[in-house]
Amino acid sequence: MATSFSATLPLHGSQENRLLLPPIRLAPPPSSFLGFTRSLTIPSSRRLYHAHAARRSPVVGVQEVVKEKKVTNSLVCILITKEEGLVLYEDMILGRSFEDMCAQMYYRGKMFGFVHLYNGQEAVSTGFIKLLTQSDSVVSTYRDHVHALSKGVSARAVMSELFGKVTGCCRGQGGSMHMFSKEHNMLGGFAFIGEGIPVATGAAFTSKYKREVLKQDCEDVTVAFFGDGTCNNGQFYECLNMAALYKLPIIFVVENNLWAIGMSHLRSTSDPEIWKKGPAFGMPGVHVDGMDVLKVREVAKEAVTRARRGEGPTLVECETYRFRGHSLADPDELRDAAEKAKYAARDPITALKKYLVENKLASEGELKTIEKKIDELVEEAVEFADASPQPGRSQLLENVFADPKGFGIGPDGRYRCEDPKFTQGTAQV
Amino acid sequence: MWGILGRRAVDGGFSASSLRRMRSGLVSARSYAAGSKEMTVRDALNSAIDEEMSADPKVFVMGEEVGQYQGAYKITKGLLEKYGPERVYDTPITEAGFTGIGVGAAYAGLKPVVEFMTFNFSMQAIDHIINSAAKSNYMSAGQINVPIVFRGPNGAAAGVGAQHSQCYAAWYASVPGLKVLAPYSAEDARGLLKAAIRDPDPVVFLENELLYGESFPISEEALDSSFCLPIGKAKIEREGKDVTITTFSKMVGFALKAAEKLAEEGISAEVINLRSIRPLDRATINASVRKTSRLVTVEEGFPQHGVCAEICASVVEESFSYLDAPVERIAGADVPMPYAANLERLALPQVEDIVRAAKRACFRSK
Repeated sequence: MATSFSATLPLHGSQENRLLLPPIRLAPPPSSFLGFTRSLTIPSSRRLYHAHAARRSPVVGVQEVVKEKKVTNSLVCILITKEEGLVLYEDMILGRSFEDMCAQMYYRGKMFGFVHLYNGQEAVSTGFIKLLTQSDSVVSTYRDHVHALSKGVSARAVMSELFGKVTGCCRGQGGSMHMFSKEHNMLGGFAFIGEGIPVATGAAFTSKYKREVLKQDCEDVTVAFFGDGTCNNGQFYECLNMAALYKLPIIFVVENNLWAIGMSHLRSTSDPEIWKKGPAFGMPGVHVDGMDVLKVREVAKEAVTRARRGEGPTLVECETYRFRGHSLADPDELRDAAEKAKYAARDPITALKKYLVENKLASEGELKTIEKKIDELVEEAVEFADASPQPGRSQLLENVFADPKGFGIGPDGRYRCEDPKFTQGTAQV
Repeated sequence: MWGILGRRAVDGGFSASSLRRMRSGLVSARSYAAGSKEMTVRDALNSAIDEEMSADPKVFVMGEEVGQYQGAYKITKGLLEKYGPERVYDTPITEAGFTGIGVGAAYAGLKPVVEFMTFNFSMQAIDHIINSAAKSNYMSAGQINVPIVFRGPNGAAAGVGAQHSQCYAAWYASVPGLKVLAPYSAEDARGLLKAAIRDPDPVVFLENELLYGESFPISEEALDSSFCLPIGKAKIEREGKDVTITTFSKMVGFALKAAEKLAEEGISAEVINLRSIRPLDRATINASVRKTSRLVTVEEGFPQHGVCAEICASVVEESFSYLDAPVERIAGADVPMPYAANLERLALPQVEDIVRAAKRACFRSK
């Protein structure tokens, strides 16, 4: 079972093994699905969170949870119930179908600008976001469609937003890279890498402030998603420092898909093991296989519980892969076909399907029904978006300010926004 | 003739007599007949933040040295003792990080007051001011507003060199989604800062280090804790009929001195304190120019693409046929700020420059 970071990268090729200690060798599990098995029974798994422990298996599990669910006579622990499994499956299928449909729509000219698709990384989004409540916040990057969907924004609203229609979640004013939803606490969608991290830290700061200063009952956590390229950006480190300093309820999730457009993570980073940077700032750093939704979910549970209990932030590095290019405009020529094939074989959806079927949690038929339902949902979303109107001319000047007196005073001496004709006609401000 | 806008009305309801008193007070030694209180700009800002923090528990202050050090320029003096470390945060030196945290906290419903030790340091955080704060209400179609205030000293101080002396009014005022304020007197400072903290949108509040220690007379009304000045309205500091001088921040003081000098030569100058750079009070400026037919605009920052350029364009667009002379623009020299005291003096507008420009504007067509 490939638990060590370096071993899964064919790019390492003939380079020496970067580990200080050899990884723990485990007998292959009965199922080829990379679910939790023996790795969870390492007694010292908790100490692995700290910087000073020698590096063993980077994947650490949650013992208590496993012990409760462990089947006595089987080596495979069933980590989820049938309902949970179906929810996870449906969410990942929604993410995949939606993104595939986006690609189709883009090439047909219905969608435009920058569109960054999430294919292959669904396990990370589903694994984390399905553990959150509505009042928890999620902050993402430009690869945010699936984060918005997992958080509860409807497929119709996201698709309309991508088409630039007035029925979109941001009335067509945000676009692919700026998915905001106050209702679902999806705090965006940021185009600059690293920009979302301080904003997420601020949202976590607010949770703590509400508890301590405003004396409200607030257990909300924030999850910040970002990529491997962001981990070389100054803001990332500034926020690791402050989140640990103020013990904020935040989880920093690195979706390490090894590539930042065409820049390989290994070419741009002095120490590519991002999880190690957590302990340097005084928080646990965990590495998890991001192609395995159950593993991600177990780590996420631990991190979210830590945050809710007030124990502070966690840095989780998810080793994942994007099946498509950086964006739909990226020809994706620099990535090795062999590497792509290797990760395609570890498709998180196929893996979960196999797990559910083999562990008798769901039948093929039930899963097919879900797939069909999602297909219809996505088709319907496209039809809805197609049929929706574009924003009216008057919308151009709306929403610049919450208090629109910021447009100043008109020639008649009154605030311009008080003029009923203000947003009509041309954009003469 | 437009003649609207009851110019008296724009200055927050001040009576003519107090206006005159303040005018003379500002230009001369700032101490006069007993009966008026005086307040430094520093105390005005401190009292504004103090009152807003006590009125609304969601308001908090963050920045470098705002707590234990009592504020790099002592603006936040006493706040840590009064409100505790949970509401007055001494941050590490991480402008991008803590500005972003402030914006994130504003997204989630709090009202941060983020202090930059000088606005030069805001360049390290400008991505968050513009991209996360200014644009968010628009990108989210009104779902997420950002009630944050970014404040700190702006512009040149005394001998602090090129990297500590830039004026950022033009940069921030060009961004839709931000409100940019520049107070001059203590009353401006109090009223505008309170308005800024209560405002549901991101506000960039440009103070001036050299004004912190200056005292200005302040009325009882301004000392009231619910006192607030409207954002987007300029104040006519001195009425006149021959030439309009518009300016903001420290240059208002220079303009008023210049107006005194011009009065000795028979030129009656109207001095407008812009107070609000974005939104710019074009109505007041244009009304004044239509009255006087001449414009001199003054600012401390770099000339190209500056606030003065915008005012000139606005006046030429809207009041061209009223102009009797070309518009005059006085700005800082087009060089990074030198250190040597005499060069620094040459690089910034002085009273003589304003007087000369006003005379030029006046004698063109006579």
